[in-house]
Amino acid sequence: MRGFPEYFTIWHIAGHYALRLMAYLVLGFLILPILVIIPLSFNAEPFFTFTQGMLALDPDAYSLRWYEEIVTDQKWTLAIRNSFIIGVAAAILATVLGTVAAVGLASPWMPFKRLITALLLSPMIVPLIIIAAGMFFFYTNFGLVGTYPGLIIAHAALGVPFVIITVTATLAGFDRSLFSAGLSLGASPVKVFWDVVIPLIRPGVISGGLFAFVTSFDEVVLVLFLAGPEQRTIPRQMFSGLREQINPTILAVATLLVVLSMALLVTLEILRRRSERLRGAG
Amino acid sequence: MPNTDDGVFLKFDEVKKSYDQKNLVVKGFNIAVEQGEFITLLGPSGSGKTTVLMMLAGFESVTSGTISIRGQSINKTAPYKRNIGMVFQNYALFPHMTVAENLGYPLSVRGVAKAEQRKRIAEYLDLVELGAFGNRYPGQLSGGQRQRVALARAMIFEPTLILMDEPLGALDKKLREQMQYEITRLHEQLGFTVIYVTHDQAEALSMSNRIAVFNDGVVQQCAPPAELYERPANAFVAEFIGENNFIEGTVDRIEGGRAVTTIPGQGTVTAEAAEGLSAGAPCVVSIRPEKLFIHPTSHAHDNEITAKFVARIYVGDFIRYYFRLENGSEIVVKVLNDLSAPEFGEGEDGRLQWLASDCIAFPHPGEMPDVAG
Repeated sequence: MRGFPEYFTIWHIAGHYALRLMAYLVLGFLILPILVIIPLSFNAEPFFTFTQGMLALDPDAYSLRWYEEIVTDQKWTLAIRNSFIIGVAAAILATVLGTVAAVGLASPWMPFKRLITALLLSPMIVPLIIIAAGMFFFYTNFGLVGTYPGLIIAHAALGVPFVIITVTATLAGFDRSLFSAGLSLGASPVKVFWDVVIPLIRPGVISGGLFAFVTSFDEVVLVLFLAGPEQRTIPRQMFSGLREQINPTILAVATLLVVLSMALLVTLEILRRRSERLRGAG
Repeated sequence: MPNTDDGVFLKFDEVKKSYDQKNLVVKGFNIAVEQGEFITLLGPSGSGKTTVLMMLAGFESVTSGTISIRGQSINKTAPYKRNIGMVFQNYALFPHMTVAENLGYPLSVRGVAKAEQRKRIAEYLDLVELGAFGNRYPGQLSGGQRQRVALARAMIFEPTLILMDEPLGALDKKLREQMQYEITRLHEQLGFTVIYVTHDQAEALSMSNRIAVFNDGVVQQCAPPAELYERPANAFVAEFIGENNFIEGTVDRIEGGRAVTTIPGQGTVTAEAAEGLSAGAPCVVSIRPEKLFIHPTSHAHDNEITAKFVARIYVGDFIRYYFRLENGSEIVVKVLNDLSAPEFGEGEDGRLQWLASDCIAFPHPGEMPDVAG
């Protein structure tokens, strides 16, 4: 360990360790509720607590029965399928719209830039419950309540701000003369966009898309308002699972979601490093 | 060939540019460029030279007038259909492509077969002496190497016209001189036409066939380097190209292309008369520091003035003397560093002598040009 500077008094040193302790406590407070569900999800009994057998590390006290239930229970398989269909579709829609919007907003000739940016980012700021209520009444006019397209559009609207933010950030480092260079070499504007602009902003596009996916994946308020029984997603199923039938299936699902989130985080970090390397090289 | 003017390749005809519909950035640019010429647009920043280049490349629209190549107007041709190579100041290499992929891009856009592409890439990499660097990314190259790649990329699709926008601005002095030589060599070897933009006059003088000197949206003079230096058309060019001394006076009379001028407190000085000079009008006589000699000297002379010595600065291969006239204007004299370089005491008078054919009298530009230096 690093030595303390010589001028440190006993109080400096005490303060140093106190700060450390606080930091670890905060980290523990944040992470323990998430970690504790992982062993509980392997519980052999339908309880939310650690059994005697589990504490004694008896192999018989552990089982995969709740994971089996996820794959066999039709309610859960439907919810998982719905979550992925809606999440992926909404993410693709949000990525395309958000990327195009960000490229447009980055143009020096774009009028009303601030106003349009504020409007596009508003779904991040306006309380979800208000968006949900508004959409519910708006959608009834078009028969979109209780349909897949309705939910996908709603979730895409929530995801667009994330894509705009990440793509705008990568575009900030984009040298516009690269575009001119592409044109001077004989490529049409559309071709230059695909060959030069897209590869260089790809990290921002992908991470924006992942954010949009995650936003849709754990969203429950809009689903409560807009989804029919056919469109139940994982969070919606967990929500009713908690209230109707308390069993550790929810914990098993939660564990899978934690694993998925971690995978996404790692992906984002890898993308970020790649983008930094490319820009540093540029 | 469908051209109207014989031998004219590129032509600007009364080209004007305005960004705000009120002020003209380029006020009627005319030039006729022959195939294979190296033309430099030289001028201070904001003089309109880059705007001319951007209009030629198609990145800026032309407000009025015509730009034509081989007699065909290109005003309405999209930038990517002009087939004009361009080297950018910041290189503008695609960072996600290797050097070879950068060079291959204009070829694949034009549908050149893969095998032919590889051959051409290897050929042009050799041409810019980067044969072993095809698989590197631009980020792994030095500034000079990147500039060579940018040059090769602008040449590889064999455009007849290559534009260069201050391509050496980001390089250090030594590398810049090396690249100047490189560009000149490639230009002579491959015979393409170059339009080169710079604010560095040494670069312009050493590389170009002709230089168009810009100021305030107007071409002040368009001439070969030697003519520009020896016979500047007006006081701006005389001041902008190289170093010049300016002595204020009044024109007495003009006879046989020479002006006899009265310099207050000095007597008369005979000079070549520039265009627009009239008897009785105020004028400035410009004379290069290296054409001035300090008495005693063995050089022939027609003119002589007396000035107070201010300072003597040792530069190495030559010595710079600063003198001051009675009206306060400064005179610089460059003397070769040999035994004839005299010593002066503070405030002593020096007699400066020169030939009438080495100085030019211009109409007074209103305000005194700054003494370059």
